[in-house]
Amino acid sequence: MPQITYVAADSTERTLDVSAGLSVMRGAVMNDVDGIAAQCGGSAQCATCHVYVDPKAVAALEEMDEEEDDMLGYTACERRPNSRLSCRLQVTDALDGLVVHLPERQY
Amino acid sequence: MGAQQLTGAQQRPDRVVVVGAGQAGYQVAASLREQGHQGGITLVGQEDGLPYERPPLSKAYLKGTADESRLWLRPEAFYTRERVTGTGTVVAVDRPARAVRLGDGRVLGYDHLVLATGSRPRTLDVPGADLRGVRTLRTLRDARALRTDLAGAAHVVVVGAGFIGLEFAAAANEMGRRVTVVETHRRPLGRVVSEPTAAYVTRLHEERGNELLLGQGVAGLRDDGCGRVAAVELADGRLLPADLVLVGVGAAPCTELAEAAGLSVAGGIVTDEQLLTGDPCVSAVGDCAAFPDPRSGARVRVESVQNAVDHARLVADRLTGAPRRYRDLPWFWSDQFSVTLQIAGLDRGHDRAMVLESAPDCFSVLLFRDNGLVAVESVGRPGEHMAARRLLGGGVPLSPWEADAPGFTLRAHLKARSGGPVPAAA
Ligand SMILES: Cc1cc2nc3c(=O)[nH]c(=O)nc-3n(C[C@H](O)[C@H](O)[C@H](O)COP(=O)(O)OP(=O)(O)OC[C@H]3O[C@@H](n4cnc5c(N)ncnc54)[C@H](O)[C@@H]3O)c2cc1C
Ligand code: FES
Repeated sequence: MPQITYVAADSTERTLDVSAGLSVMRGAVMNDVDGIAAQCGGSAQCATCHVYVDPKAVAALEEMDEEEDDMLGYTACERRPNSRLSCRLQVTDALDGLVVHLPERQY
Repeated sequence: MGAQQLTGAQQRPDRVVVVGAGQAGYQVAASLREQGHQGGITLVGQEDGLPYERPPLSKAYLKGTADESRLWLRPEAFYTRERVTGTGTVVAVDRPARAVRLGDGRVLGYDHLVLATGSRPRTLDVPGADLRGVRTLRTLRDARALRTDLAGAAHVVVVGAGFIGLEFAAAANEMGRRVTVVETHRRPLGRVVSEPTAAYVTRLHEERGNELLLGQGVAGLRDDGCGRVAAVELADGRLLPADLVLVGVGAAPCTELAEAAGLSVAGGIVTDEQLLTGDPCVSAVGDCAAFPDPRSGARVRVESVQNAVDHARLVADRLTGAPRRYRDLPWFWSDQFSVTLQIAGLDRGHDRAMVLESAPDCFSVLLFRDNGLVAVESVGRPGEHMAARRLLGGGVPLSPWEADAPGFTLRAHLKARSGGPVPAAA
């Protein structure tokens, strides 16, 4: 199973097995990772699942669509070039080892 | 009820009891811990299992596979880690004693009580409404049963063209079922969206093969001789064959506990702008709360995830020493077929609707009242929807004549008016 590492704003890390097919957001919620609110449950409506993807991994991700790009303009913490909505990041075997950094707040 | 002071002894209660473990109740517990509440939190919910999200129940869940743990707001570990305890049904609130009584006889004392009892589906008051195969959709249990019924159904009739009915109709259609939607009003979503959006939704369903019978009442439900529904009888006497009927005629707030406890109830549990009831030790949040709309001043009740979450966060802030007035902007979404309808703001009657269209499946409807923007409905324009949330939430003014300018977009208007950073167009 692919492993995803979630790094909290205070630098505590959790590395979890997340089934391919789940989103990076769902992997966090199902494993009780704090720091991803996911208010809309993955419908790209809330921007409270914002993460900073490890810069080295950005290129390996599928490109974002217009909807995600729009939503990222409304995150609680600043948008950076490596910002993504974790509900839009589908876990695949190719993403094994992905590291995402969680912003300080989601609201 | 006069506005209660934003400070006072009730601010940092030790034992918080929350009635109802739905979207709002869960969020009260989670936000209390996030804000550093050290005392007890009892989250009393009468449904089986862990708190879950309802939106997928009328959407992906019906079509998908059975992994219900994906619906959970948090896994079991969260409740253990955060010391959030309790299940059961609260049967009475004893305000003088500051205690609730549960169905099994237990009594729980509280320093602050949060009512997060939600709402329940209205039912039809016609002969045959209790036949087998006639269902409503609110809980995971309802959705499970519907999923089973859908697998064997050929003719599905949906009574009521509200959000839940239409989402269900779309999902059933995508599963290959013949679907007829019966609605007493002349248009779908009659009470919640404008005419242009309703016309779009009608077309969307009709183009995919759903039949919409508008302006048509239901007189009764007919039996197959063995207690199961076989047909829907319309007010004009016609019979529609049906082996599954979903009744989606709205929801009513669960207010019995509040009423029996002597709290004020008027179309919901009445609160002030801090979501406090008339009793400074009792708050009400989410679907069950009737609160003053900060923009119109009217008392409103809203059924949405946004409302449940933002109410809960406000109460958690107040109970941990940071009281504030409720100001959050209502927003909502509905998925039907591959389309997402998004609504920003609360339209309590507009006098002007202006359609901004960029393509047949990409438009926004700007709703004005007394020449001020009150709500925006969008399809296929998430950027405009988000700009609308910012504009309306921040009180940035917009007049109909400004919006009438050629090439007008909410995003550009927001940028011009706020001067702040605005996301680049994709
Ligand atoms: C099928 C469906 C689809 C939806 N889709 C969307 C959507 O796309 N977007 C959106 O924004 N909103 C949607 N909603 C609305 C949204 O889910 C609700 O507004 C939200 O769940 C309200 O949260 P709540 O906590 O107030 O109420 P609920 O989630 O209903 O929770 C209340 C809980 O309290 C329990 N309870 C009540 N009385 C007692 C008692 N005396 N003792 C113990 N427990 C009690 C109930 O059993 C229930 O579990 C949808 C709702 C449904 C049903
Ligand atoms: S969970 Fe709401 S946008 Fe990702």
